[in-house]
Amino acid sequence: MDLYEYQAKHLFDMHGVPVVPGAVCETPDAARIAARRIGGTVVVKAQVKTGGRGKAGGVKLAANEDEAWDRAGDILGMDIKGHTVHKVLVTQAAEIAEEYYVSFLLDRANRSFLAMASVEGGVEIEQVAKENPDALAMIRVDALEGCTPEKAQEIVTAARFPAEVADQVEAVLLKLWDVLVNEDATLVEVNPLVKTADGRVLALDGKVTLDENAHFRHASHADLVDVAATDPIELRAKAFDLNYVKLDGEVGIIGNGAGLVMSTLDVVAYAGEEFGGVRPANFLDIGGGASAEVMSNGLDIVLTDPAVRSVFVNVFGGITSCVEVANGVKFAIRMLQEAGKPVDKPIVCRIDGNRADEGRAILVEAAIPGVELVETMDEAARRVAELAAAAGK
Amino acid sequence: MAIFLDGDSKLVVQGMTGSEGMKHTTLMLAAGSTIVGGVNPRKAGSKVDFPTATLPVFGSVAEAMAETGANVSVVFVPPTGTKSAVEEAVDAGMPLVVVITEGVPTYDTAQFFQYAQNAGTTRIIGPNCPGIISPGKSNAGIIPASISGPGPIGLVSKSGTLTYQMMYELRDLGFSTGIGIGGDPIIGTTHIDALAAFQDDPETEAIVMIGEIGGDAEERAAAFIAEHVTKPVVGYVAGFTAPEGKTMGHAGAIVSGSSGTAQAKKEALEAVGVRVGKTPSETARLMREILAP
Repeated sequence: MDLYEYQAKHLFDMHGVPVVPGAVCETPDAARIAARRIGGTVVVKAQVKTGGRGKAGGVKLAANEDEAWDRAGDILGMDIKGHTVHKVLVTQAAEIAEEYYVSFLLDRANRSFLAMASVEGGVEIEQVAKENPDALAMIRVDALEGCTPEKAQEIVTAARFPAEVADQVEAVLLKLWDVLVNEDATLVEVNPLVKTADGRVLALDGKVTLDENAHFRHASHADLVDVAATDPIELRAKAFDLNYVKLDGEVGIIGNGAGLVMSTLDVVAYAGEEFGGVRPANFLDIGGGASAEVMSNGLDIVLTDPAVRSVFVNVFGGITSCVEVANGVKFAIRMLQEAGKPVDKPIVCRIDGNRADEGRAILVEAAIPGVELVETMDEAARRVAELAAAAGK
Repeated sequence: MAIFLDGDSKLVVQGMTGSEGMKHTTLMLAAGSTIVGGVNPRKAGSKVDFPTATLPVFGSVAEAMAETGANVSVVFVPPTGTKSAVEEAVDAGMPLVVVITEGVPTYDTAQFFQYAQNAGTTRIIGPNCPGIISPGKSNAGIIPASISGPGPIGLVSKSGTLTYQMMYELRDLGFSTGIGIGGDPIIGTTHIDALAAFQDDPETEAIVMIGEIGGDAEERAAAFIAEHVTKPVVGYVAGFTAPEGKTMGHAGAIVSGSSGTAQAKKEALEAVGVRVGKTPSETARLMREILAP
C-alpha cells in the first residue's frame, strides 16, 4: 500500500526523521487556519499518489494565509495524471540550500534490501540513474544486520555527501531504517532531503510503501487506507475477504488462484479483440477452495458491477474437485436468487481438472438459465467476449 | 532423479496439527510421500492418526531429524510464526524447507532467507507456494498428485493453479518434477535455481517455465537460459492486461512504472530462443511439438 506524503511524513516524524511542521487540509478555509498557525511563507502541496505534482501545478508557495486560501482553492479538485486532489498539505516553507536523495527499498533480485543515496536530489531518481549513474550510490543492506551506524557511514561516503552534513544524513538514514523495520515498509524514500540555509537537514517530501502482508502486526495501518479514494466494489470485496481489482472492461472474471485469474484476463482480452475490443472488467481470485459460499460472494460482487455485461467463471479443480466446484456454482446462483439478487447477466463456466466430467454433468443437468458450459479456457473466453459484445449492442 | 525431492525424501510437517496441515498431510500420504512426523512444541510426544498412517509429533525440528532422519520440512505454520519455524529448521540443518504459508511479511522472508544463506545448508522453496512434486516419488506441499504422473517434463512456476493447469494439459506426457516457487517478492528458490537443476537432471528432457508480472526474475532466467540451458524450454507469462501499480493477487505480482511487465518478460525469453505461448493451452501445444512431434 502506497501512502500519501502527509502519511509518510507522519511516520517519519514518529520515528525521528526530521520533517517540517505541517497540516493536511481538505478545504481552503482549513488551509488558511493551518497557514496562520504555521506562520510566515508556507507551501501548499497536492496530496496525490503520483509523481510530477510540481510540474502539474500542484505545489505552490503562499506568502500569507490569504494566499494559502487561494492556492488551496486552486489545487483542491485539480486532476493530476488522473488523480483528483482531495487534500493538500500545508507546510512551513524551508529555505533550501541543497537537495539530496535517500531511500531504502526491497531488492527483489538480490533478496535483500538496498540503500540508494545521491547529492543530486529534487529530481526523479530514475533520471539521475539514467543520466548520471555515478551520482547515485547503491549499497546492499543485509536483512539481518540492518542499517548500522557503519552502514550509514558507508552510504554517506559512497554518495559523497559534503562533510558538514554527513553526521545529520547518517542520523536520518538510521531513523529511516527504523521506519522501514518498525512499520514493515518495502520502500521509504526522501526526495528531496534538503540542507536548509541555516544548515539543518530535513525530509521535505516522503514516499512510503507498506507491506500489506504485515498488517496483522500494525493495527494502526488500517487507518491509512484511503476509503474515499478506493473503488466501492473493491471495498465490498475486501469485506468479503476476496482478492478483487476493478478494471475498465465489460467481462466479469471469477477464478481460483492469482496466476490462473491473471491468465484468464489475458485470454479474455485476446478473444475480445475479435469482438470490438471487449476487455476484462475485474480481477477476482476466490482462492483454492471455491466453496458455494465463496462463489456466491464472488458472483454477487461481479454481478453488481454495472459495467459487467457477461461473466466468466474459470475454475481449475485440484484438491477441491470439479464436482464440488459445480455444486458451488449451482448453489451460489440459488443463494443469490433466494436473497432477491437478480442473476441477469450471461455466465460462461469453464471447469476443468479433477473429476471434470462429473462436475460438468452436474451443471448440464441443473440447466440454469443464462449459464453456459464451455469445455476449454480459450473457447470459453471467446464465448464470453462474444456475449459481452452482443449485450453492448 | 527428479530435482530437490525424490523417493528417498523423508518429510516432516511443521504445523501438521493445524487444519491445513492435517488436510494436506493426509493428501501427501495418499500420494505416497514418506512422512515421518510433525512438529509442534505444544503437542510433543502425542500421536496423530491419518487414514493411512499414525504419525508422531516432535517438539522440535532437530528432534524430528535426530529420531527419523527427516530431510525435508513442509511448513504450514501461519504467518505470525512462519519466520521462527523456518529459522528453527535452518538451525537444525534441514536440507530442504518448503514454505506453503501465504501472507508472510516480506521483512520476515528477507530475514529467514538471509538466515538460511548464512547457514549455507538449507534450500528454501516459497513462501506462498504450492510446493514441489516429483510424481510417483514424493509430494511436498499442496499440488494435487492425481493430475499427472512421472514423465520427461520439468515444470517451474510462480503460480499454483497455473502449475495445475499446465500439468493437466500435459498429463499424458508426465513430469520429472513440478515446482511452484511462489508469487511473493522474495522467494527462496528462483526460476534460475530450478532451471539449473532441471538442466542437470537426466530424467528431465524439456522444461516449462511459467512466470507472471512483477520483478525481473524472468528476464534474469532468460539470461541464464542463454548461457547454461541446452534442454528445450517453453515459457508462459501471465498478466499482460494487468494495470500499472495494482497488486494482482500475489504480493509480488505488480507492474511498477515500466518495470515488471509481461511484455518485457516475454520479449526477454523469446530473445534467447524460448518459445512463449500466448495462452496456457498454446504453451502446452508448444511443449507437445518438442516431445511428441
